[in-house]
Amino acid sequence: MSTTVADRRPASLRLALGAFLVFWLILAAFPFLWTLWGSFKVEGDFFSRADWMNAVSGTLTEAETGAPFTGDGYYGAWVQEEFWRAGLNTVIVTVSVVVISLTFGTLGGYALSRSPYRYAFWLLIIALVFRAMPPITLVSGYLLPFFEWNLWGHLPTTIIVLVAINQPFTLWMLTSFFRNIPKDLDESAMVDGCSRFQAFRHVIIPVMWPGVITTGLFSFLLAYNDFAVTSMLLSRENLTMVPKIESFLGTTQTRGNVMFAVASVVSVTAPLFILVMFFQRQIVSGLTAGAVKG
Amino acid sequence: MKHRSFFWFFLPTATAMLLFIAFPIVSVLIQSVYAPHEQVIIEVENCGPFGCTATTTVDQEATRALREAQPMGRFVGLDIYFNRAHLAVSEIGALWTAAPDLGTFFSRLLGLPFYGALSFTLTYTFLVTPFSLMLGFVIALSVNALPRILRGPTIFFSLLPMIVTPLVGGLILFWMIDSRGVLGAFFQYLSGDPDLSVKASTPMMWVMLIVYGIWSSAPFAFVVYYAGLQTVPQDTLESAMIDGATRWQRIRYVMLPHLLPLTTFMALIKIMDNFRVFEPIISFQASAHAQSLSYFIYSDLGGETRLLSSAAATSVLTIIGIVILLSPVLVRTWRSFGKA
Repeated sequence: MSTTVADRRPASLRLALGAFLVFWLILAAFPFLWTLWGSFKVEGDFFSRADWMNAVSGTLTEAETGAPFTGDGYYGAWVQEEFWRAGLNTVIVTVSVVVISLTFGTLGGYALSRSPYRYAFWLLIIALVFRAMPPITLVSGYLLPFFEWNLWGHLPTTIIVLVAINQPFTLWMLTSFFRNIPKDLDESAMVDGCSRFQAFRHVIIPVMWPGVITTGLFSFLLAYNDFAVTSMLLSRENLTMVPKIESFLGTTQTRGNVMFAVASVVSVTAPLFILVMFFQRQIVSGLTAGAVKG
Repeated sequence: MKHRSFFWFFLPTATAMLLFIAFPIVSVLIQSVYAPHEQVIIEVENCGPFGCTATTTVDQEATRALREAQPMGRFVGLDIYFNRAHLAVSEIGALWTAAPDLGTFFSRLLGLPFYGALSFTLTYTFLVTPFSLMLGFVIALSVNALPRILRGPTIFFSLLPMIVTPLVGGLILFWMIDSRGVLGAFFQYLSGDPDLSVKASTPMMWVMLIVYGIWSSAPFAFVVYYAGLQTVPQDTLESAMIDGATRWQRIRYVMLPHLLPLTTFMALIKIMDNFRVFEPIISFQASAHAQSLSYFIYSDLGGETRLLSSAAATSVLTIIGIVILLSPVLVRTWRSFGKA
């Protein structure tokens, strides 16, 4: 888009907008940089009673460990408290959730996008209502049956629950995506003698990847960021990273555990940074996909 | 698409949603009208029909047998909905007759756990939603004025508060506003009160939670508005300029109407998301000052005594609440589909 007349702004306005933007960027990014910096300090510096400048200079860190930076928080969290186990669980849960919910979602979303009947619309409305319900309300429905049938605490249970909670959103997103793929494409394949599934397999699957990747990113975020389901449905040894952080907070009486939490918070945030860095375009297009079309 | 092939394509997702969303709703409904068996009930059988006081001699075996025979508990109808922890009908009646004026009545009403949680949830939803949309719109306007080369990095940093795990984002802010943290120290400097602590005061906790909410949901509004601004018709803008419209008038009469459908869409999404506010209360350890409906359910479910029935009743009330909130949208969608 070229700069048009309407885009030209007086210098004073541009200055004001620029200043506001700098303020917002500080607001958005500073907390993360501060916590990253502080995670290499000891607790007395990051939570400084005397002077907040200690967190920058690391006075106590130097006195306690002999260097201005220390990896004690990371060592304590990852090795001592076995945060790597939680990390492994998170990998298992997120990968399975993304793969399964995309498989279910592409099939269902494709069906919804190609059905001219009224029930397809009603299914989407039901999905919208399901999407609106806070996951924790469902969790109170899971607990009793899961205890009864000994399903509670295991990773597969949590995976399938997260897949289900993910479905409404996945369906909405993929339906709107498949609607943008011209019907003629698969219908002409069916005229040539393909069955519906063959048409899907040979014609739709090769062209669907951009939409699937975008949807997959959001499924990943949902599974990775979830706290309500994972903290209630997993036993202590099966916890994923996010509820594990919360368990560090529960034991703040013992010194040093807050710094474990700080270190693990940074560890949890790092993959998200990388994700945004590589997939910024897809995330932005995914956020706007449903909206801009109205 | 034929009904038969639709069925097979839709089967996996339908099964997942039926088993793990629809059935749990039924399960929650059923649980909410059953209460756990009380141990004393068994005692009555053991020590005769009369004069049996509540001693500690509980018949463990019979209790267990009863619990195994009827794992749902005993049927109590709507009692749980009306008890003190939920709708508290009789307590409200008592408050109404006892309170000297409306103000006292409402302040005492909010002291009841369910109404306290409801009031925080609604306050949070209806403050965070409009403010985050406004902030997002201003950010979008500012980014739109940036040279193209700077936009990418700006969007990257702006996305962070939204992408990051809610629990983690909450913790990061909470550690900074701790009275020993960097922002806490700054607040103490500003107010001149060295003992100022956000954690200790209910109004400040509410403000912090709402600030966190705006911080974490503004990026979504920003990204959607930014994409919307790219589609504003330039011809209309230019003709408005030729007609002598000022910058503000162009925003007010050209851009905002163009962005209205986006705004309704985002308001819908944000109301759904904000109504389930939960993680920040855990991160801020704010449960003493502010409880949301989701947190209320969570605290019933957690801990040693899992109050499943109580949680189930709150869940049903929460679901009813979200359906009421969304009903205008649902009705509108239904009507627009009827026309098309």
